[in-house]
Amino acid sequence: MNRSNNNSIIAPENLVYEKSKLLKDNVMHYCPGCSHGTVHRMIAEVIEEMGMEDKAMGVSPVGCAVFIYKYINIDFAEAAHGRAPALATAMKRLRPDKLVFTYQGDGDLAAIGTAETIHACNRGENITIIFINNGIYGMTGGQMAPTTLEGMKTSTCPYGRNVALNGYPLKITNLLAELEGTCYVTRQSVHTAAAVKKTKRAIRKAFENSMEGKGTSIVEIVSTCNSGWKMSPVQANQWMVENMIPFYPLGDLKDK
Amino acid sequence: MKGIHLMKGNEAIAHAAIRCGCDGYFGYPITPQSEILETLMEEKPWESTGMVCLQAESEVAAINMVFGGASCGKKVMTSSSSPGVSLKQEGVSYLCGADLPCLIVNIMRGGPGLGTIQPSQSDYFQSTKGGGHGDYHLIVLAPNSVQEMADFVGLGFDLSFKYRIPALILSDGVIGQMMEKLRLPAFKPRATEEEIARDCPWALSGRTGMRPQNIISSLELDPAIMEKRNLERHERYRKVEATEVRYDTFMCDDAEFLIVAFGCAARICQKSVELLREQGIKAGLLRPITLWPFPKKAIEGYCRQVRSILTVELNSGQMVEDVRLAVDGKVPVGHYGRMGGIVPTPEEIVEALKKNS
Ligand SMILES: Cc1ncc(C[n+]2csc(CCOP(=O)(O)OP(=O)(O)O)c2C)c(N)n1
Ligand code: SF4
Ligand SMILES: [Mg+2]
Repeated sequence: MNRSNNNSIIAPENLVYEKSKLLKDNVMHYCPGCSHGTVHRMIAEVIEEMGMEDKAMGVSPVGCAVFIYKYINIDFAEAAHGRAPALATAMKRLRPDKLVFTYQGDGDLAAIGTAETIHACNRGENITIIFINNGIYGMTGGQMAPTTLEGMKTSTCPYGRNVALNGYPLKITNLLAELEGTCYVTRQSVHTAAAVKKTKRAIRKAFENSMEGKGTSIVEIVSTCNSGWKMSPVQANQWMVENMIPFYPLGDLKDK
Repeated sequence: MKGIHLMKGNEAIAHAAIRCGCDGYFGYPITPQSEILETLMEEKPWESTGMVCLQAESEVAAINMVFGGASCGKKVMTSSSSPGVSLKQEGVSYLCGADLPCLIVNIMRGGPGLGTIQPSQSDYFQSTKGGGHGDYHLIVLAPNSVQEMADFVGLGFDLSFKYRIPALILSDGVIGQMMEKLRLPAFKPRATEEEIARDCPWALSGRTGMRPQNIISSLELDPAIMEKRNLERHERYRKVEATEVRYDTFMCDDAEFLIVAFGCAARICQKSVELLREQGIKAGLLRPITLWPFPKKAIEGYCRQVRSILTVELNSGQMVEDVRLAVDGKVPVGHYGRMGGIVPTPEEIVEALKKNS
């Protein structure tokens, strides 16, 4: 290979991928292999492609993604644990021409914030909820989440989730799909290039629904937390494919 | 007479909110303040001023809707009564941590627990000393009439936006439920987007004109920055304490005995002062209007003049602690209180003052 060939790789006409202008240069605090970073990238790309940076207002959760505003260069409000859909409700009602979305983990959305989530969806708020289901409390060091699978070990169920003691893993997205207020409910993942593409399409569709005033859109992303799961990133992906996805099958639950 | 209306204190708050340019109200029903939400829903201000009104699924959700609206630089409010206000405390703490302006109304009832739906003033500590976690204050306004219920809505918003500190109207079931005549505030339009962008450059709106990102947050992991943020906030608290103290006096000029009371208790004490004067006892009344900032200097000033001070409260003795701090032992300070929803009569306060003096 000669030098001119090398340069042609970075020639503009040969570029196949570019970092979104809405992704800041801050070093992400996520563990290597974590799904959060990939989903952030999808959100930034979709907002940029839709030309919505001057309209987008995000609500960050309490969870590992609490600092999402350090990575995506749009306006953000940071909610108390679980309360993001309540904030988003008022933000969208008071600024109906804006794109309002929440970004929430499973503890945030399906445990402490269950009421806010269900009622925002039931009112059909014209917002998008991005739901990162990694089956664990990542931020606080790997405790049991409402979505933790039966038998799955965490620091607060060290012998595996026992349904007699802890109840059943909660398929909250299925529940939300039952509500009249939701227009689009889908479950995706980001563990392969193809899955990432699908997730990006889903986020775009959800954002478009929000701007068209169709009701609440939910994009659940079955995710890995390799640190919390105590696995390497590759093992975590494999474990997710073998255990999480069979219980939380991918695809649209509702599209109206 | 033109411009004079007859209504309940709670209704006055709702009408004043519509008239003072409020952008949004979020609440959950609870006695004795449900008329605020009910009046708004009947008035349908979204059809006239564009004000958003929403019955939330809980007080927790309502205060967090307030957080969302306030993040956008909008004039937003919520109201509740004691048990509901307890639920709001998480959100109130976050609002203070994020330096967001808003208006909260507490029409107090007796507690603890579910307590009683009868009036009380037992949330004084909660309102003036913080309430939720962290080191913060609210600007606390204590109306004693239906007129002041209406007037303090606009005042509360103005102070709150001026200092970026949430304002609280601390009232009770008596003032909320009683009917009086009042003059409603003049109509003021809601702030335009241009005005919000000018006055609240920190507000979320999308990065209009590709301005730098705005972030509303109470989180900071660097202790040096976090302390700085707290110090800056406390500097604003000092400014509020220096400039925003409000109180009222009744027959204090030659008073030998001072009563300190707020809200509905002050209304009753006014009658007690008249009765005492008829008996030749020179009593006077000082009514704190701002409970925080507390009129410490004014009360301390009367120590050179009066023989003793009596606080009258519908609780077991809460504001009396602030009066004692202000007086610092210079004159004896007593307390007379009733609890559980009992409202004292002017006559029993007369007897209490005689015993205290
Ligand atoms: C009121 C409150 N309770 C508890 C916590 C502690 N806490 C922080 S994050 C978290 C769980 C986060 O888990 P999840 O929502 O699944 O997000 P992840 O980190 O897995 O992305 C908890 C319990 C808190 N910050 N606030
Ligand atoms: S703890 Fe889990 S969720 Fe949090 S950054 Fe690490 S891998 Fe991601
Ligand atoms: Mg999680």
